[in-house]
Amino acid sequence: MITIVDYGSGNINAITNIYKLLKTPFSIASTASELESAEKIILPGVGSFDYCMSKLNNSGLKEVLNKKVLKDKVPVLGICIGLHIMALDSEEGVLPGLGWIEGNIKKFDESKLLEKPKIPHMGWNSIKVESVHELFKEVNQTQGFYFIHSYYIDIINKKNIMTTTDYGGNFVSGITSSNIYAVQFHPEKSHTNGMKLLKNFSDL
Amino acid sequence: MLRPRIIPSLLVHKKGLVKTEEFKQSKYVGDPINAVKIFNEKEVDELIVLDIDATIENRGPDFKMIKNLAVECRMPFCYGGGVTTVDEAKKIVQLGAEKVAFSSAAINNLSLLKQVGAVIGVQSVVVVLDYKKKGIFGKLEIFTHNGNKATGKGLFDFVKVLDGIGVGEIVLNSIERDGKMKGYDITTVEKVRDVFQGPITVLGGAGKLEDIKTLINKFKIIGAAAGSLFVFKGKYKAVLINYPTFEEKKFFFNFYEK
Repeated sequence: MITIVDYGSGNINAITNIYKLLKTPFSIASTASELESAEKIILPGVGSFDYCMSKLNNSGLKEVLNKKVLKDKVPVLGICIGLHIMALDSEEGVLPGLGWIEGNIKKFDESKLLEKPKIPHMGWNSIKVESVHELFKEVNQTQGFYFIHSYYIDIINKKNIMTTTDYGGNFVSGITSSNIYAVQFHPEKSHTNGMKLLKNFSDL
Repeated sequence: MLRPRIIPSLLVHKKGLVKTEEFKQSKYVGDPINAVKIFNEKEVDELIVLDIDATIENRGPDFKMIKNLAVECRMPFCYGGGVTTVDEAKKIVQLGAEKVAFSSAAINNLSLLKQVGAVIGVQSVVVVLDYKKKGIFGKLEIFTHNGNKATGKGLFDFVKVLDGIGVGEIVLNSIERDGKMKGYDITTVEKVRDVFQGPITVLGGAGKLEDIKTLINKFKIIGAAAGSLFVFKGKYKAVLINYPTFEEKKFFFNFYEK
């Protein structure tokens, strides 16, 4: 059973719709007790950093999440803001992140983006799988995924890099560390590629 | 490599989908859910749905309809129409949309855009600017209420203001070109591109794929939105939902030529 965490980050329905299509069982957790029984976790993502972190802090979800992910080693997939909150901190806010992955969330440097539009990075972009992983089985890397974000992860340890994407230079668009996975793009809104990735996650 | 976005733009009027000309003479083109299902199959880059009744009827968004549409959308979905509060925007995102579009509410209350951005993220805040010429000098002015209400705000000045505030995207919608299928208003886009740093989506005037090609060749990374082009076929404008395939787009727009 996949448990999608409702921490105010929105578009949960977009993910549940896909698992309905795939006939994969899922549940939604907005309280600590609902999260206790999770076998796989998704942290979805449309929202701002502090808004989402304060929701996690105030709902009691954070403690259970830390236990499930760091101690019980339950597989977790973060999407967009769900990736950001796994980092140490973010230039988008002042609250600390969950700190599961060593890295800082930074805003794209507009002075380095030579062409307009600058930020947000919005639209369909290719990915390059840097470390082969089942999560990207049968995914068309050229076709890629849909991105909509102004911030990215500046990763400290290169071994955590799963995919990269070119936007005025390469940035890290997918990260991993043992049972932790996170992507900057939106698989729930990326047609066939996205469905494959979400299915691959449920098959892990 | 980031690609330009080709976006069907759908108008909802009395629960049905319509296509207008110069924001008038709305013609019924079908059922919204059915259209979304077809666009799903065609794997469109994104979808914009605008409820053109909400502001006129002085009511909020139709959440039931948004939910029904969002359930079907396996592509990024932008909703606009009657959104005036942070809570409404938050709810729309919760229902499964990635972007929320504002027009009259934001034009009259810029702080609303900042407040919404603090909750759903600035990247998801879209401002739709319906514009046309006004006065003897033909200055471009922003209109609201389906082109009926002049705001007194010049297009370029207001775009500069939005650039200062920071929004996720602006949709430039030429009222005069709406439904005409004679090509985009390239001159205006060029001027807006000069003063706005973020993503721009252009709407109004696309009549053939060559019009989209012209826009993309000129501006590279841009949103090319169209209504008529993707819902009508042939000179008698028979309703037939259509959209280029990934392979067609690749060939047509040379996306992968560096």
